[in-house]
Amino acid sequence: MATLTLTSVKKQFAATQVLHGIDLDVADGEMIVVVGASGCGKSTLLRIVAGLETATSGTVRIDGRDVTALEPADRDIAMVFQNYALYPHMSVFENMAYGLKIRGMKPAEIRRRVDEAAQMLEIGPLLDRKPRQLSGGQRQRVAMGRAVVREPKLFLFDEPLSNLDAKLRVQMRAEIRRLQKRLGVTSLFVTHDQVEAMTLGDRLVVMHQGRAAQVASPMEVWGRPADTYVASFIGSPAMNFLAATLEPGGGAAALKAGLTIGFPDGPRAGAAGMPLTLGIRPEHIQLGEGGLDLAVDLVEPLGSETVIHGTINGGEALTVRLPIPAHGIGAVLPVILPWDAFHVFDGSSGRRLEP
Amino acid sequence: MSATMDLEADRLARATLRRNARNRWVAYISLSLGVLIFAFPIWITVVGSTHDVSTIGRGDVPLWFGGEAVANYVSAWLTGGEATRTTRSVPAWVMLWNSLNMAVLIAVGKIAISLLSAYAVVFFSFPGRMVAFWLIFITLMLPVEVRIIPTFEVMVNLGLINTMTGLVVPLIASATATLLFRQFFLTIPDEYVEAAKIDGAGPLRFFKDVVLPLSITNIAALFVILFIYGWNQYLWPLLIVTDRDLETVVVGMTKMIGNGDAQNEWNIIMATAVLAMLPPVAVVVFMQRWFVKGLTETEK
Repeated sequence: MATLTLTSVKKQFAATQVLHGIDLDVADGEMIVVVGASGCGKSTLLRIVAGLETATSGTVRIDGRDVTALEPADRDIAMVFQNYALYPHMSVFENMAYGLKIRGMKPAEIRRRVDEAAQMLEIGPLLDRKPRQLSGGQRQRVAMGRAVVREPKLFLFDEPLSNLDAKLRVQMRAEIRRLQKRLGVTSLFVTHDQVEAMTLGDRLVVMHQGRAAQVASPMEVWGRPADTYVASFIGSPAMNFLAATLEPGGGAAALKAGLTIGFPDGPRAGAAGMPLTLGIRPEHIQLGEGGLDLAVDLVEPLGSETVIHGTINGGEALTVRLPIPAHGIGAVLPVILPWDAFHVFDGSSGRRLEP
Repeated sequence: MSATMDLEADRLARATLRRNARNRWVAYISLSLGVLIFAFPIWITVVGSTHDVSTIGRGDVPLWFGGEAVANYVSAWLTGGEATRTTRSVPAWVMLWNSLNMAVLIAVGKIAISLLSAYAVVFFSFPGRMVAFWLIFITLMLPVEVRIIPTFEVMVNLGLINTMTGLVVPLIASATATLLFRQFFLTIPDEYVEAAKIDGAGPLRFFKDVVLPLSITNIAALFVILFIYGWNQYLWPLLIVTDRDLETVVVGMTKMIGNGDAQNEWNIIMATAVLAMLPPVAVVVFMQRWFVKGLTETEK
């Protein structure tokens, strides 16, 4: 049980700046998911917290204690690796007990803790097996068990679900969340999968090119993305972006496609004619006359829903997700873009513009 | 229609059977030839060690066993035959004991040194790491024979002539084994190192608890190779050892062969040769399972 505080953590590999100053406050018992595309610096951030990598500058505090200069073993953390990193020549029991043994814990106490963790994770019957005799899901549990027995202040997860098949991933995802809630251990979870991020995190850190583009709850990130990158990264299919300019007075925008969109929540500051990017999620677009005509070029049936890709006036691409079956969709589809579903971004910087 | 097709299929199946049988015979014959070529000299040696001294002395090469086996082997084991003006006799057990000591010390010493140096080169980053690695690597190009004079002089200056230390130490430093272990260590995933760091295992602990158990099959394979390498050493023992108490069997055997002043005791020499073959064979047979495993698979 502890808090984690990062203060302007920067990391540079030779000439490449990987992290441009990350600030983060994690509350006691909170599950933070760091999400981003590959190469955004999310794994580096986790490794700096673990102590496997040293920050070029900035501090890491666990439970108020400055651990920036400490070895991983002295930070009181536990980590679950992407490939689990179970020692292949040790049994499951020995794998889980190894860290405790090194810390000089008494065998009886080790036995008790491992048994307890094994029972919780339902791997009791596997304790005598070697890792290679286990399935992917079982290895995953053992890797978690190894973290749990340590009773650490902080759990670190480095894409632990990406080696599992899709079905098991969903199951383990729920299990990790349940376990984390039950133990109440502060956790940092790194993933590139937005669904994992949305479902697991109390809050998300969306990373982009070494910066935290947004730190907020999953629904906040989805509902009020801080910039166009976050908006396009979270949500599937991705948000549509349409070029527009600000109308005089700031209360509306003129789409390049020839439609004027009013801002129901209030006018945006800025000169008339300022370039804007308007975002709208595919699922918020409705079928109906009086809006735009969508020239359909691809229909993806999903059963009860249908994803339609096409272009609008001016050649901009638009994706629509409709709650109707796929059959009977013609070459041209009239769609309505509800005003209150729009997200307004600065056309040049990509930042969200609030009223 | 179907009848002719069946017939055709039947014909093809029989042709395949015939071809398989023919292929099998070709394999057996070529294998037997190979076995014959390899085994014949050994057969001559084994048979020769069971005849009395005059049979081979006459120039006969017997192809079947004689009746002197026990006498020859006892004589070779206990006295090493009779010394003449140009030969000397050292009991086979002394020479075998020396060879065994030398081979085991070389194998163990090489493995220990290579393990540690490969561990340092792979798992630590320190200034001069690559320089150290390349220095080790370059010694591969200088076999013992090339540097034998300077090595001999160093051993003389250190007063290590006619000692087991002098015999073993120069043969221990080994670039090959270091290189082999380096390649193996490079295949150990970084995550193990990181997991161990988080578990709180220091470098030596990690070496003992993770690296060593993972290397065990490689160590076994290398032990077999190095034991035979050590056992077969000829030039260096010939130079450094003049004391008959430290004579190794490979060198000692050649010293049993005189320069023609007197009749060579070929029966005793062959008995010694057979005895000299046994320890390497034993090592290979005993460690074969590990050996093959170490060369072909890794425990991951």
